[in-house]
Amino acid sequence: MGRKPIKVLVAKIGLDGHDRGAKVIARALKDAGMEVVYTGIRQTPEQVVLAAIEEDVDVIGVSILSGAHVHHVRKLVELLRQEGAIDIPVVVGGTIPIPDVDTLKQMGVKEVFLPGTSLKYIVDTVRRLYEERNAIGGYN
Amino acid sequence: MRRGMLLEDIIELFEEARKGKLRSIGRLLTIVENSSLEVLELLEHISSHGSNAQVIGVTGIPGAGKSTLISKMIGEYRKRGYKVAVVAIDPSSPITQGSLMGDRLRMQQYATDRDVFIRSISTRGLKGGLSIASLSIIEVFDALGYDKIIVETVGVGQSDVDIMNAAHTIIVVTMPGAGDDIQALKAGVMEIGNIYVINKSDKPEATRTFEYLKFSLDKGDIGLFEEDWVPRIVKTSAIMGQGIDELVNIVEEHWNHVKSGGLVKEKLVSRRLLLSRLLLERVFSESLQESFMDLDGVLKKKIVEGREYRSITRMLAEKATSKMIHKVDRS
Repeated sequence: MGRKPIKVLVAKIGLDGHDRGAKVIARALKDAGMEVVYTGIRQTPEQVVLAAIEEDVDVIGVSILSGAHVHHVRKLVELLRQEGAIDIPVVVGGTIPIPDVDTLKQMGVKEVFLPGTSLKYIVDTVRRLYEERNAIGGYN
Repeated sequence: MRRGMLLEDIIELFEEARKGKLRSIGRLLTIVENSSLEVLELLEHISSHGSNAQVIGVTGIPGAGKSTLISKMIGEYRKRGYKVAVVAIDPSSPITQGSLMGDRLRMQQYATDRDVFIRSISTRGLKGGLSIASLSIIEVFDALGYDKIIVETVGVGQSDVDIMNAAHTIIVVTMPGAGDDIQALKAGVMEIGNIYVINKSDKPEATRTFEYLKFSLDKGDIGLFEEDWVPRIVKTSAIMGQGIDELVNIVEEHWNHVKSGGLVKEKLVSRRLLLSRLLLERVFSESLQESFMDLDGVLKKKIVEGREYRSITRMLAEKATSKMIHKVDRS
């Protein structure tokens, strides 16, 4: 059997309904040969975490445009820890003010994609995160 | 299985999964989804558990509203106190192998319900590969004690028919305006329903679609009439939440029908046999491919010498067979 494809969850947390960006990303990841579970808009951190666990994805990508990213991501990371899934890397994209990038990274977010990030960079980052996690033995 | 992962580790994972740890269930499914013959050992270990779930296959044309319908069915089953698992299958790109799996999107409201487990898998472009993964996942869900295992298929192709052979109850979903009586008569997934659903029945053409279906069913052109079961037609509008309780009642009625006769055992046996057969088919095709490579030089020489096809074919068959047996023994 061939290599297992990289599996990614793409979700939008928060109350805004602007999902064009998330869909473009989902499509780019699919075109790069990945399996993308798309859960759509208006998700709660809890829904995202449990979906990621049930689907056993390799990377979680959340798009947040509402401005509540610090609050939502803190909750997301907390829940991942509770569920014993903190080893799943999280990336965040959206309209994130630059001073918040470090705050998110300190919480454990692996990468923050600001407006203007190229699709290639996003795909490469997801692939790198997958490989890094596998190199250290992945799930433990 | 995962390199470096021992059977004991996997069994431990299974025990944690049985206690309801979602992370362990998710991990376990990944292992069975990605392994080949190695899965046999795990399946052997877990087959003594469970075997009580009703496997419900949901098939039908893309866009008929299968995911939304399943979402509403989950709600109805939860009201009745059942634990529900869903295997949602989406197609993969023949070019990149990538897949955008969006079935779950319609069911996300149940993500936080710990007695509902939804898993998306892609066809990965492999013939038979899809069926091996989904059949193995069904076995795991069954062993974990889920009451209802709903399998949502892509809606086209042979793999659908395979999976349907593994389900106790088959629901074929169509919608108004999806075609006339000739469409209903065509060979394929339309033929294999125990229950037919006309979804989106809030649309005006629903009555005509109902008549077409009823006509085909009455004539016995479509429908699975196992052990005196007469296939039923239900009109639903999943998005409006209409007809769902009636549908679930009929699915329950069919389950009782299956359980009252020998069908329940028969279906379990055929499901497990199908998995063994598909695994062997895969192993055989791998063995054959390896044999071709191993014997490359010899075969070419023989062909140049003008030897018969029969002797070459026999040589390949011998080599591939011994490889296959070796692989099964080693697993």
